[in-house]
Amino acid sequence: MSEIIESVKNLSIGFNSQKGKQISILRNVSTNIKKGETVGIVGESGSGKSTLALAMMGYIKQGLFPLKGQCLFKSEDLLKMSSRQLEKIRGRKIAMIPQNAGQALTPNLKIGYQIDEALRLHTDLNKTERDKKISELLNKVRLPSPETMAFRYPHELSGGQQQRVAVAMALAGKPDLLLLDEPTTGLDVTTQAHVLELLRFIAKDTGTSMIYVSHDLGAIAQVSDRIVVMYAGEIVLEGPARKILKEPIHPYTYGLLKSIPKLSLAGLPASMPGSQPQPGSINEGCSFYDRCNLATDHCKKNSPDLEHIKELDTNVRCFNHKELINQNNNLQTSITKKSNNSEAIEVLKLKDVSISYAKQKFFDQLFNKISDQNPTVKDINIDIKKGETIALVGESGSGKSTILKSIAGLLKTKDGQIKFENDRILSSDLKMRNPNDLRAIQLIFQNPDESLNPNHTVEQILSQPLKLYFNLSGEELKKNIIDLLKKVRLGEFYMSRYPRQLSGGEKQRVAVARAFAAKPDIILCDEVTSALDVSVQAAVLNLLQQLKEDLGTTYVFVSHDLAVVRAISDRVAVLYQGRLCEIGPSQNVYKFPSHPYTEVLLGAVLEPDPDIKPKLVAEDIVEEKPPEKGCSFQGRCPRKIGDICNLEVPPWQIGENGNAIRCHINIDELASLQQ
Amino acid sequence: MESNLITEDKQKNKLEKALEILKTMASKPSGLIGLTIVLFHVILALISPYIAPYDYKAISPNTMLLAPSAEHWFGTDSLGRDVFTRTILGGRTALTVTFFGSLIALLWGGLLGIFCGLVGGKIDDVVMRVVDAFLSIPWILAMLLIVSLLGTSTEVLIPALGFFYGKGIVRVARAATHDVIAKDFIVSARARGHSNMSIIWNEIIPNVRDAILVEGAMRWSWMLLGFSSLSFLGFGVSPPTPDWGLMISNARGLMSFAYWSVIAPIVGLSSLIIGINLTADAFAKALGIDRSTKAPV
Ligand SMILES: Nc1ncnc2c1ncn2[C@@H]1O[C@H](COP(=O)(O)OP(=O)(O)OP(=O)(O)O)[C@@H](O)[C@H]1O
Ligand code: SF4
Ligand code: SF4
Ligand SMILES: [Mg+2]
Repeated sequence: MSEIIESVKNLSIGFNSQKGKQISILRNVSTNIKKGETVGIVGESGSGKSTLALAMMGYIKQGLFPLKGQCLFKSEDLLKMSSRQLEKIRGRKIAMIPQNAGQALTPNLKIGYQIDEALRLHTDLNKTERDKKISELLNKVRLPSPETMAFRYPHELSGGQQQRVAVAMALAGKPDLLLLDEPTTGLDVTTQAHVLELLRFIAKDTGTSMIYVSHDLGAIAQVSDRIVVMYAGEIVLEGPARKILKEPIHPYTYGLLKSIPKLSLAGLPASMPGSQPQPGSINEGCSFYDRCNLATDHCKKNSPDLEHIKELDTNVRCFNHKELINQNNNLQTSITKKSNNSEAIEVLKLKDVSISYAKQKFFDQLFNKISDQNPTVKDINIDIKKGETIALVGESGSGKSTILKSIAGLLKTKDGQIKFENDRILSSDLKMRNPNDLRAIQLIFQNPDESLNPNHTVEQILSQPLKLYFNLSGEELKKNIIDLLKKVRLGEFYMSRYPRQLSGGEKQRVAVARAFAAKPDIILCDEVTSALDVSVQAAVLNLLQQLKEDLGTTYVFVSHDLAVVRAISDRVAVLYQGRLCEIGPSQNVYKFPSHPYTEVLLGAVLEPDPDIKPKLVAEDIVEEKPPEKGCSFQGRCPRKIGDICNLEVPPWQIGENGNAIRCHINIDELASLQQ
Repeated sequence: MESNLITEDKQKNKLEKALEILKTMASKPSGLIGLTIVLFHVILALISPYIAPYDYKAISPNTMLLAPSAEHWFGTDSLGRDVFTRTILGGRTALTVTFFGSLIALLWGGLLGIFCGLVGGKIDDVVMRVVDAFLSIPWILAMLLIVSLLGTSTEVLIPALGFFYGKGIVRVARAATHDVIAKDFIVSARARGHSNMSIIWNEIIPNVRDAILVEGAMRWSWMLLGFSSLSFLGFGVSPPTPDWGLMISNARGLMSFAYWSVIAPIVGLSSLIIGINLTADAFAKALGIDRSTKAPV
């Protein structure tokens, strides 16, 4: 058995509420980190995972304080150390990589200089040794052309590259323990896969122990040897990664795994009811009680202890875990959705739509014309059928939101037309659209914190569209609001709440209700689930599907997450740099042959399964703007065939599955290449 | 942090909310002191005409420059008028003028700021340039010009002060509007097709109101100082109206032997300024606004 690097013993951390009550957000947590081991800490937002990780480097956020317990790093308690002593350990023995490396790097200092600083601070090397070390480190984190990289400023690097620099800086002091708090959240799928692969390599290569904190079981599955699952401030399950992911013996972990949409599965993931309890609201019994389908009366009154199961090498906090083992549950199931009628008529057509953000020149402004040879979004042709869910996927900057904004009339198109019902052209100017068209197309946004006015009650929020479009007032208005709340499974008492008094999932439900208040024909959803926890995401996806089946609404669903798209959509359009690459029925887009970009995206998806490793077929470079000529994907395409890709716009080819692909490689050849 | 963690189920109406804010303000010593001082001054201003022991303008050669005594608590001034009477009445004009002046400053500053933040672009640039240009004129000179042209009646002073002290509020309102305008709930309202007026009224004002009010409260104390300076220079209210600035100005030559005639108005003025300042700070804290990061230019 290898040496234990850090050991957390019965740690509780809490704060004093305004009413003078002591509220703990971490309760009785114990765990060990061994040498060379990567431990994944997973949990929903508010489960206390970051608090735990920070405490492991002796850091307690302001306002919080340790109630009891210890964090022993090489048998010394970090929580008892003076800041002088901690300084010697942080950076040298324990290093941390924050979520947003871009913000952690000093903007006006060159990369090389910043790494040099770290080396000066944490090692005793002299100048020449340090210079050598810098290029060694940059090499190790696989940054392209490390010689010139040292002379660049942080803003000249992409998000993934910045994250690599952060890793290099963390490695400068040769730490024994590396703490990573959501290091890949916010990065593009392909970049994320690359960074994770790098971390895996570094752990092996240097023998550094790692603590990897994330809400994303997919990412955790790729790097961890052992997984700790947190819920409401407690460890509920802990054990070898494979065991946890394949045979989760805690109902929460089981539900969590079920609620993650998977590429291999069509249909919606099962959702868990409710949401995580707030700190301080649990008085007695199991903290998972009101969401658990195995709960018994015993669980209501008694809180389970963490129990060691020898044969599985696992610790579990549940009275009824045996039942879950016996049930022989299958993780690979999903809820099938009603397929929609393919005969349906088209409600919305995008015809040769191009959109430009370029600053208009004076003369163009005069003649109300936009001249831009290389617009952000170009030549988009999509016909959307009534009642279908069409998804737009692509990495950040691919123009997904831009297209949605144009459909909503918030952004002028440069060329092309947007036609609504019976080929009527919608003005690209919001002010010129008639109120009924405005009503018919509604938007739901990514982040409900931003999309709901913090100073309005739920009642005020929902009454806006009802008053505007239907002139409702008084009792009738109220009745409609209650109906809407019921539709999104919220009770009447939510009416008087402010957004800050709602959980993330509840807020997004209110946003959904507001969109449906207009009785729209089309709802444009911009990453509506990506700010939500997985278990909540599944519930919102199910809700959207249910509403659509009941009301026949059409969705245009924008997402960067291919698995989510797979779950909800009937048809998928893949975008790269504002150009369409592939479009087709969703089950076929996920089958080969695919456009090389779709192939790259599919390869980078992180599944919560240690046996499915991402396939990294393309570099994770970020392109600033689309190429002037030729195929939009030429800069990164792993299957590029030559000059023709640079010069000519590839033709559309229709595969036998009915998906259209825009590539110079013959579609049959592509199929055999991808086998 | 707490309100996010623990949802308060109890809903509050507007009055309860205002009381809550007051309570929070009073929960810290500095807020409590500030509130007490302001309240004291306001009450005094309201009741002083009824409790003043003497006629504030009654000149009497017999009682010139008397030291404080049982009859004249704060002594008398060089014209034999009772300093206590004049001090408790002296706050009235200052409070009234600056209160209404601040209201005017809030109104035009707030609305113009919101407008600039909302339209952005060229119009915003031009308006802000103009505001900046006015900013660079020493206000006291401009005020002197105004009062020498139009006189020193309150009808002139209130709008003039309101105008000069509103420019800072423009900046704050504009910045706050800028922050809000990018939020998706505004985009959402625009996409629904709400009119600009409805967006300003329903979506923007509730979200910038707090920042603007706090700024207004802060400006109030500055305006008080400004107003008193004007009086001190002889361009404020005209004699014999009792006014602190004027009293200080008249009595300052006599300070070495009749200190009482100057101390009382100084204490009155500075305590009110400090009180308003403390209150505004506590108000900002109670609303969760960090003034250190939103400091006006
Ligand atoms: N207001 C703007 N002015 C100039 N360029 C913009 C603006 N908004 C977006 N862009 C650019 O347009 C391109 C497409 O942006 P868009 O927001 O549509 O991408 P997206 O696919 O929605 O990405 P994400 O997944 O990050 O939301 C990007 O290169 C972006 O930098
Ligand atoms: S102890 Fe009971 S309520 Fe808690 S997870 Fe187990 S079965 Fe569910
Ligand atoms: S056209 Fe060429 S560059 Fe574009 S996807 Fe096909 S092979 Fe790749
Ligand atoms: Mg977007």
